[in-house]
Amino acid sequence: MLRGLWKLTWIEIKIFLREPLGAIGSIVIPVVVFLVAGRMVSHGVAPTSLAASNFVSVGLPVLASVLISVGAVLSLVTIISIYREGGILKRLRATPLRPQTILTAHVIVKLLLTAATLLLMVLAGKRYYPVGIHVPLLGFTLALLISTCSILSIGFLIASIVPTARFAQPIGAVIMYPMIAVSGLFAPVESLPPTLQAVAKVVPLTYTVSLLEGIWKGDTWWAHKGDVAALALVFIVCTALSAKVFRWE
Amino acid sequence: MGPVIQVSAVRKTYGSTVAVDEVSFEVNDGEIFGLIGPNGAGKTTTMECIEGLRTPDRGTISVLGLDPFKDVYKLQQRIGVQLQQAQLQKRIKVWEAVDLWASLYQKTAIDGERLLEQLGLVDKRNAWFMTLSGGQKQRLFIALALINDPDVVFLDELTTGLDPQARRAIWDLVRGIRERGKTVFLTTHLMEEAERLCDRVAIIEHGRIIDIDKPANLVNRHCPERTVVLATDDLTAGDRFRTIPRVEAVLCSDSQFTIRGRGDDLVTEVIHCLSENQIRVTDFRTILPNLEDVFLKLTGHSIRD
Repeated sequence: MLRGLWKLTWIEIKIFLREPLGAIGSIVIPVVVFLVAGRMVSHGVAPTSLAASNFVSVGLPVLASVLISVGAVLSLVTIISIYREGGILKRLRATPLRPQTILTAHVIVKLLLTAATLLLMVLAGKRYYPVGIHVPLLGFTLALLISTCSILSIGFLIASIVPTARFAQPIGAVIMYPMIAVSGLFAPVESLPPTLQAVAKVVPLTYTVSLLEGIWKGDTWWAHKGDVAALALVFIVCTALSAKVFRWE
Repeated sequence: MGPVIQVSAVRKTYGSTVAVDEVSFEVNDGEIFGLIGPNGAGKTTTMECIEGLRTPDRGTISVLGLDPFKDVYKLQQRIGVQLQQAQLQKRIKVWEAVDLWASLYQKTAIDGERLLEQLGLVDKRNAWFMTLSGGQKQRLFIALALINDPDVVFLDELTTGLDPQARRAIWDLVRGIRERGKTVFLTTHLMEEAERLCDRVAIIEHGRIIDIDKPANLVNRHCPERTVVLATDDLTAGDRFRTIPRVEAVLCSDSQFTIRGRGDDLVTEVIHCLSENQIRVTDFRTILPNLEDVFLKLTGHSIRD
């Protein structure tokens, strides 16, 4: 059933790297932004308040991770809709490639991209976070993987229903960015007005942020079983829904 | 040999639009079969139902003894498909596409490199898809359709948008597919293409098949009119032409005669009349109806409308 998966994945990676700005836009820029932010915080404004130091040690890496995975989702949405509009999806489907193989290949490409960006950031960030922070890298990677799968499934749902490639990016952004705003990345969920708190409760990104922050800080997985369950639920629901409404052409 | 494709009473609707209505036909082993008709007649829908890409609302289809709906993966191993207006990834290289396709099939009797050679794409093997010309793209799609050495090849509007030279080159390639013993099922709205390429054609309009036969038989059946135009200084010729059986009208302007009649024998009869009466001609040509005229006759409008 997975005939062709690795070959297709490898070809998609090569195609991605051939895009002008492809690699630069999605790998280099986030790393540079991260470095600039890190440099500003660690050199310019010394973190005096607890909130500021908390942001540097926990918020920034989590923010960066979330932005990377949201970026990956948006590019997934765009690629799927471009492929659909150009008849590429239809052409691939008229081969023994199974539909799930085609989609899995794209998800793998995006996961690898996310992982590569994160790795670069960790390596680059070492200069700015030299001491004292022991990060459970393996656990955090796993948490990010779970989160990204979950967010990607939202992306797939968006990709299934956007009418044309021209709308894919804006619609994706309109759905994803407000989610980030209420997810607790910038302000703790508890400090939001009650209505927004209610919104935050149903926004999957809230659980992503809670999970990523917790694991980064060294919480046990048990303490975040609710987050993992919520993300798994999102994944299952979105995957099932998009399987129903996905259009190949 | 028996039919390779059997389509029986197939109907497909999109909402309230009936795209294909009670369509039935058979395609024989080793022939080039053309489904011809104007854009929107239901050609692509019919073809995609046969390929297993769409499910008909009603009717049955059998391809190589398989049900395209239930056995779609088994079927895809044995057919080659070229889709109308399909694209590949902009930046996929020619050899990567061939290599990917080759890896998808159990049977790849055909060597990808040789295929590229035969289709004149060798020096393009490292080129990105987006840099290929229209004709090169179509040749690549033919290569991809042939990579699994399929028993049946489906070609949907293969030469649309190509210049006449590229079109002729593609026609030769399609004839080459038949020479390898494959069955070819194609759609086209170009009557010249159907006439030159197809062993048999089905004319489809508004989702219904109007007639199926060899192009020559369709022309004879629906358009038996024949016209001979000749030039002679012999002033008695006109009267002699009028005595030929099957001649319906003789027009004369200056020294040019236009003789209209019916049936294949008309031309022979005219030649016979010329030699019998020793009429000296300085010009002689025939005007024969073609599929385009058949279409006009059957539908009341030109295929281009």
